[in-house]
Amino acid sequence: MEAVVHNHWSPLLGRLWWDAIPTEPIVLVTFVIVAIGAAAVLGALTYFRLWGYLWKEWFTSVDHKKIGIMYMVLGLIMFARGFADAIMMRLQQAMAFGGNEGYLNAHHYDQIFTAHGVIMIFFAAMPFVTGLMNYVVPLQIGARDVSFPFLNNFSFWMTASGAALVMTSLFLGEFGQTGWLAYPPLSNLAYSPWVGVDYWIWSLQVAGVGTLLSGVNLIATIVKMRAPGMTMMRMPVFTWTALCTNILIVAAFPVLTAVLCMLSLDRYLGFDFFTNDFGGNAMMYVNLIWIWGHPEVYILILPLFGVFSEVTATFSGKRLFGYTSMVYATMVITILSYIVWLHHFFTMGSGASVNSFFGITTMVISIPTGAKLFNWLFTMYRGRIRFELPMMWTVAFMLTFTIGGMTGVLLAVPPADFVLHNSLFLIAHFHNVIIGGVVFGTFAGINYWWPKAFGYKLDPFWGKVSFWSWVVGFYLAFMPLYVLGLMGVTRRMRVFDDPSLQIWFVIAAIGAVLIAVGIAAMFVQFGVSIMKRDQLRDETGDPWGGRTLEWSTSSPPPAYNFAVTPIVHDIDAWEDMKRCGVQRPTSGFRPIHMPKNTATGVVLAGLSAVLGFAMIWYIWWLAAAAFAGILGYAIAHTFNYKRDYHIPAETVVETEDARTRQLAAAGA
Amino acid sequence: MSYVRVRSIGLGAPFMCSTESHEMPRPPLHPPGAANPARPTVRILAALALSGGLSACNTVVLNPAGDVAQQQGDLVVMSTILMLIIILPVMALTVFFAWKYRASNKDADYQPDWDHSTQLELVIWAAPLLIIICLGALTWVGTHLLDPYRTIGRIDAKTPVAHDAAPLQVEVVALDWKWLFIYPEQGIATVNELVVPQGRPLQFKITASSVMNSFFVPAMAGQIYAMPGMETRLHAVMNRTGEFTGFSANYSGAGFSNMRFATRSVTDADFTKWVSGVKSGSRNNAGALDRATYLKLEKPSEKVPVIHYASVSPDLYGAILDMCVEPGKMCMSEMMALDAQGGLGKAGIRNVEMLAYDKYGREASAKANANPDAAAQRELAWVRALCKQEPGQAPDNTVKAPANPQSLTGAGLSAPQSVAWDQGADTTAHLSLTSRN
Repeated sequence: MEAVVHNHWSPLLGRLWWDAIPTEPIVLVTFVIVAIGAAAVLGALTYFRLWGYLWKEWFTSVDHKKIGIMYMVLGLIMFARGFADAIMMRLQQAMAFGGNEGYLNAHHYDQIFTAHGVIMIFFAAMPFVTGLMNYVVPLQIGARDVSFPFLNNFSFWMTASGAALVMTSLFLGEFGQTGWLAYPPLSNLAYSPWVGVDYWIWSLQVAGVGTLLSGVNLIATIVKMRAPGMTMMRMPVFTWTALCTNILIVAAFPVLTAVLCMLSLDRYLGFDFFTNDFGGNAMMYVNLIWIWGHPEVYILILPLFGVFSEVTATFSGKRLFGYTSMVYATMVITILSYIVWLHHFFTMGSGASVNSFFGITTMVISIPTGAKLFNWLFTMYRGRIRFELPMMWTVAFMLTFTIGGMTGVLLAVPPADFVLHNSLFLIAHFHNVIIGGVVFGTFAGINYWWPKAFGYKLDPFWGKVSFWSWVVGFYLAFMPLYVLGLMGVTRRMRVFDDPSLQIWFVIAAIGAVLIAVGIAAMFVQFGVSIMKRDQLRDETGDPWGGRTLEWSTSSPPPAYNFAVTPIVHDIDAWEDMKRCGVQRPTSGFRPIHMPKNTATGVVLAGLSAVLGFAMIWYIWWLAAAAFAGILGYAIAHTFNYKRDYHIPAETVVETEDARTRQLAAAGA
Repeated sequence: MSYVRVRSIGLGAPFMCSTESHEMPRPPLHPPGAANPARPTVRILAALALSGGLSACNTVVLNPAGDVAQQQGDLVVMSTILMLIIILPVMALTVFFAWKYRASNKDADYQPDWDHSTQLELVIWAAPLLIIICLGALTWVGTHLLDPYRTIGRIDAKTPVAHDAAPLQVEVVALDWKWLFIYPEQGIATVNELVVPQGRPLQFKITASSVMNSFFVPAMAGQIYAMPGMETRLHAVMNRTGEFTGFSANYSGAGFSNMRFATRSVTDADFTKWVSGVKSGSRNNAGALDRATYLKLEKPSEKVPVIHYASVSPDLYGAILDMCVEPGKMCMSEMMALDAQGGLGKAGIRNVEMLAYDKYGREASAKANANPDAAAQRELAWVRALCKQEPGQAPDNTVKAPANPQSLTGAGLSAPQSVAWDQGADTTAHLSLTSRN
């Protein structure tokens, strides 16, 4: 198939022209479905007059709890999109044998696997992780919000703008056909001349700003805003992992920003950082992107390690075993994650000593990780384990992640990597740790903290349907990939000619269908729980017998989280308070100083999306206007002095009295 | 000495067992004829470790046809077994604890405040540490032994390479989207067909024309990237004859899925026959491969059938590597030599066009440099005289296999620093012709 040449340009619309509308029938049908769905949602919002409510209570909110929930919603939407890509790939690979071209051409298929990786990492997993941290960390440390509430809102909308750009690429132009990390020279202008890679660059650049700022925000929050008595070594483990993750974010994301900048300079201004000629060096890109990329995987997994720690201790009814070693293990992982990046390209021709060094540092990471696993194990030991959904996800994680960790260490042996690199074995490995760790952890977290966020538990029946479909589906979908990797099958293939491979792809596709059932069951679980919320209601604010401060306040917590800042005497602060019979203060409330909602985050992030879009399509006037708009609005915002207000003492008294009555009624 | 060091950090049985199954012609510790005891153990454990069904399908990574791939596959099995020592107990304990300490089991101990035990902590940090020490040692040794840049030291576990044996050289170029194989000794070239004699050491020099690919024949040896303007190396040997598949293992664009090539391992006699067939045969024969033919071949194409070239310009591979196949294109090595001498100052600004390889699109640059005018030719001649460079000579970063084949024990391995830098002294002008760092 001859590559289509797009060389139309006009001053008004840049490269945007009729040929930007995809002609592939699958994309068109998707577009129609999405358009109908979007119209229905927008229509419903208008019909029920929800726009004002959404705008005032959610979009412009600087409340960390609402922002946390919005992150989770964004993550779930993008997760669905990323999964749609995944199941299309599975179907293609299960079909395309012995001359059968499958149903996707190269142009479409290559975009799908690129988009799948980008979306799942940046726009599903990252929002999940950031959402959980946003919601939980301030509550766990007894704070009323994060350090910089407006920045938090802005960060969220930047992430959402990045996601919007990726979604736009589906219906306007194309996405990258480069793989999720867009290695040059393939991603350079000479080999990817149209808008695909530019969509990739700008969506990540915009979202990356949000991630970085959110990292700064949460570090400041954890360092500066802990309740009195909560020394560093009394912080809940989830907060510890959040701290380490955000340190990683702040140290690693600027590298991504810089490398994207360099690639942009190559593509837009004819620079030669990564070109083949004029002294460019693509190997530098590969190094730089993984110097960000490897810490990134720990950015994703560490907070979930925190979730598992909280869940294991809570549902075992027991203090976490080895808190100190858990903390040190987290810190060791944080540091080591910076000196292992080369293991992503042992096959690029480094010397044996360099390869061994990075192989061995990688293996060393398995020591603190192993220690963590043992810590969870010995937390369960002599506990009273209640197998509610969060704990089920945790046990599934412990078993699954161990396998993924093992294959990961295997891949860290350079000679083994030479035969397994880029193979489906590698794909199986990282899905094994990302699904087994990040996804299972997110689901554990959602099931665990949902009652805190909404005041009622999630329906256990549909939760179990989702759990079992997911777990069985995962093993069916990815164990065959290990086998295929050992059969020498490489990743990102669109067609195959060895018919003996097909059965494994068919099994994997069946697994993917089961996972689809799991995802559907999860959405059903949300729906059913919302409908049955009165049966599932939790009045106490502490439905699981929690141990940390978030369970000491009401569910959902009031805007100010804590009427009186708690004082901490133990790692398990709330457990300690319950044991000592600390009484909830019921009088002596004072007005509470709170930040005001603002539309600035939405506006700035919206303008950033416009800037990105204009740059992608070479609409220079629009880019200049959007950039000027961002600067102007940001400066104008600095003159906004009406940023805060006080919740009057009477309102606090009312809220707290209601809570007293609620607790009394619940018999607590 | 290394042997002593490795021993002294307390490597136990697993490591020794790897010694025997990986490295080879050490003087037999067991009576000749008696099976090496380690090997069956490995196999049995492997069969246990990997599901029984695996043997039914063709797991080429674990059962390849080349000695290098075999050692790499063995290392996969070995490392897995080593890790299972700790993985299996952890998984078993997880299930056991989850079951035993379930809330409904009121008989089980319940100690809600028990959260620390120094002895246990020691064990949970030390156990993974010990495994990683073993695996780390295995990694260090294995990585050096199986370094793709290292010449072949043995044909198989029993046969060391003869001292004077010269490897068969194959120059590999990854093109959009097919593979070009140049046999410099034989003076022939093929597209999408790699034929090698069984039992002879092979040396591949690998580069690419446009984007990054990865040269991978799973039955023969592990992969290595093929990158434009750079050369990577791979050493291997085929131990049995047969038909195998090779492909690109790094996504490289639209035609990537069909970048497959047949790999045939044949006897010496068949190889000679095949070479003369390529030279004189009529099947697939496309004549001579010179620069002009190459420039046509290099253009993107998919599902290209096998092509044979009866002859090949001897300097073609070097020119491809140096990115100056077009007569009017300045070689990269020349450009670097100029830069090394401080550049040409303002005088150098004029010749930018002859530096362009693919920045403005490969085809446009190729066309622009295909027929240089007299002025450009004069300039190129002047540059070549100025830098006294022989274009297309990449430094030889090969690591020589040690004369003493007992190397898995650590003896015979060169010290770390000597591996990378010993040969590098004269390579400044060519530094980026190699991916070695």
